[in-house]
Amino acid sequence: MNVQAWTFTLVAITFALYIGVAVWSRANTTRDFYVAGKGVPPLANGMATAADWMSAASFISMAGLIAFLGYDGSVYLMGWTGGYVLLALLLAPYLRKFGRYTVPDFVGDRYYSKTARVVAVVCAIFISFTYVAGQMRGVGIVFSRFLEVPIEWGVAIGMAIVFFYAVLGGMKGITYTQVAQYCVLIFAYMVPAIFLSILITGNPVPQLGLGGADLVSGEYLLDRLDGLHEQLGFAAYTDGSKSTLDVFAITAALMVGTAGLPHVIIRFYTVPRVRDARVSAGWALLFIAILYTTAPAVAVFARTNLLNTVSEQPYEAVPEWFTTWENTDLIAYEDHNGDGLIQFVGPSAVDVSGQPVENELTIDRDIMVLANPEIAGLPAWVVGLVAAGGLAAALSTAAGLLLVVSSAISHDLLKGVFRPGISERGELVWARISAAFAVVLAGYLGINPPGFVAQVVAFAFGLAAASFFPAIILGIFSRRMNREGAVAGMISGIVFTAAYIIYFNYLNPAANTADNWFLGISPEGIGFVGMLINFVVAGIVSRSTAAPPEEVGRLVERIRVPKGSGPAHEVSA
Amino acid sequence: MPSPPSVRPGYWAANLRYLGILLSIWFLVSFGCGILFADALNGFRFPGTGFKVGFWFAQQGAIYAFLVLIFVYVRLMNRLDREYGVEEE
Repeated sequence: MNVQAWTFTLVAITFALYIGVAVWSRANTTRDFYVAGKGVPPLANGMATAADWMSAASFISMAGLIAFLGYDGSVYLMGWTGGYVLLALLLAPYLRKFGRYTVPDFVGDRYYSKTARVVAVVCAIFISFTYVAGQMRGVGIVFSRFLEVPIEWGVAIGMAIVFFYAVLGGMKGITYTQVAQYCVLIFAYMVPAIFLSILITGNPVPQLGLGGADLVSGEYLLDRLDGLHEQLGFAAYTDGSKSTLDVFAITAALMVGTAGLPHVIIRFYTVPRVRDARVSAGWALLFIAILYTTAPAVAVFARTNLLNTVSEQPYEAVPEWFTTWENTDLIAYEDHNGDGLIQFVGPSAVDVSGQPVENELTIDRDIMVLANPEIAGLPAWVVGLVAAGGLAAALSTAAGLLLVVSSAISHDLLKGVFRPGISERGELVWARISAAFAVVLAGYLGINPPGFVAQVVAFAFGLAAASFFPAIILGIFSRRMNREGAVAGMISGIVFTAAYIIYFNYLNPAANTADNWFLGISPEGIGFVGMLINFVVAGIVSRSTAAPPEEVGRLVERIRVPKGSGPAHEVSA
Repeated sequence: MPSPPSVRPGYWAANLRYLGILLSIWFLVSFGCGILFADALNGFRFPGTGFKVGFWFAQQGAIYAFLVLIFVYVRLMNRLDREYGVEEE
C-alpha cells in the first residue's frame, strides 16, 4: 500500500473509534455535559487532559520550531510543562473543591459580581476561539497534504466529526474520545521518533539518543549539529540568540498562561475528589512529558537529517518528499547563484574566499514533523500514522475548546446572567445549540483564517496569564482580595498586554524589534509583565476599598480544605 | 452554603510551607538552571553524553523535575490531610 492508502485506512479506523466511543458515552444531564458527571477516574482524566492540552501546535509544529530555534526553543518545552506544577499546587485542588462547572463560575462567585463574571466569560470565549481556529487549520493542512482533498473539505470533515461527539456527548463524550485520541497521538509520535533514534544513534530511547553519538561519525550528535551550524553560518544549536530576560519572560508567560487556560482548568472539575484533582495533574504532566521530552530529540534528528539531505545537493536530484511539499508551497527553492546546488545557510555564512553566501531554501517550520518520516525514508504506514496522530491532536483540543465556548454561553451567560430560571432540560438544549454554533464558527475560521493566527495564539496565552491566573490565585490565597481589586487587576493586566501586542503586531509592525521592546521583552513574553501589573494593581486597589462580605471569607475557608467535596456540598445546577 | 468545617490551625500554614519549598525548586530547575545559569552550566557536561548541563536542564531535566515535584506534593498533601483529619471519604 502507498502512503495515501495507508493514511486513508488509518484515519478512517481512528475516526470510527472516536465515533464509537462518543456513542457509548453520551451525556444525559447538564452535569454530564459540563463536567462528565464528576466521575472521571484520575488516570483517565490525566490522559484526557494531555490530549486536550496537546494541540496541533504541540504535535505538528513544536519539534519543527525547536529544530529551527535550537536552545531558544526551550521556552516552549519548559513553558508548556511548568504550568502544570502551578496547576497542581496552586489551582486544581481548590477549584475542584469549589465545585460548579466553569472558570467564570468561580470568578463570579468569589468576587460576588456579575461584572467580574462577564469579564471572565468574554476572556474565556476569546481565548478559546483564537485557539480553535488554529486547530481547524491544522486539520485542513493534514487533510490537504496526505489525502489530497481541498483544505475546505478537510475542515468540513473535521467539523462533522467534532460536531458529532461534542454536541452529542458534551464533556463526557469528549473525555473518553480524548483518552482514545491520546493513545493514537502518542503512538503516532513515538513510532517515528524511535525509528529515527535507532537509525541515527543506535539507541531506541529518543531522550537518550539526543545525548548519544552519531553512528556514522562517532561524534556526539549535539556537537556535530553545533559544528554543522557553525559551518553553515547559523547560530550554534545549543546556544540561543534571544536575550536571557526575553527567554525568562516568554517561559514565564507560557507557564502562567497554561495554568490560566479555561479548557485546561475545566478538566479538573471532572474528577470525583480533591485528591484526584491533585494527582490527575501529575498524570497529565506525565503523559505530556512523554511527548515533550521526545520533541527536542525529534528536532535534533530532523535538523541533522535535513542538513545532510539538502545542503549543497543538486536541485535536480532532490528526493520525492521535497517535490511534494514544494507543491504545497511549504518548501521554496530559488537558485540565486545559478550553480544548481541547494545552499541552505544561516545569516553569517561565508564561502572559502570569505564572500557572504545567500540562502536559497525556505522551509516552513510546520512541516518538519510531518515530513520527518519521509526524509528518513521510513515505511509508508508510519507516514500515514503521523497524519492520523496530527488529526487526533487537533480534534481533541478543538473539542475541549468548543465545550468551553458552549458552557460559557449556555451556563455563564444564559443561566448565570440572563435567564437564571431556565430548566435543566432547557439549559442542556442550549448547551447543545451553542456547541453546534461554536463548531460551525470555528470551521468558518479554519477555512478563512484571520491572517494572524500565529500571533493570536501568543495573544491567548498573554491574556490568560494577565487575567485569569492572578484573579484565581488571589481568590484562593488572599482572603482580603475583593471585587474592586480583582476587576481592576484583570482589566489593567488585559489592557496593558493587549495594547502591547496590538501595537507591535498590527499598528507598528516595523518597530517590532528588540531595541524598541520594553526592557527587551517581546510581545510573546509580555503577558508575564501583564500578570505582574495585575497582581500589583489588585493588591493596591483591594487595600483601599471595602473588605469582601463575610460569606466570601467562608467560601475561601471552605475551598482550602479537601473534606466535604462530595455531591452533598455542591451548589445544585 | 454549609459552614466551613473546623480545622485545627496549622493545616494551611503547613500547606503554604510545602508550596514555598516545592515552588523554589520549580523555579531553580527551570528559570535557574535552564535559563539564568544556563550559560555557566553549559561549561559542564554529563559524562558519557553529548549533553551540556544547561541545555539539558532547559530541554529535558526541568520537565522531569516538574513531574517529581507534583507527585511529591500529592504524597505530602495526602499525608497532611490524614494528619489533620480533613481527607475525603
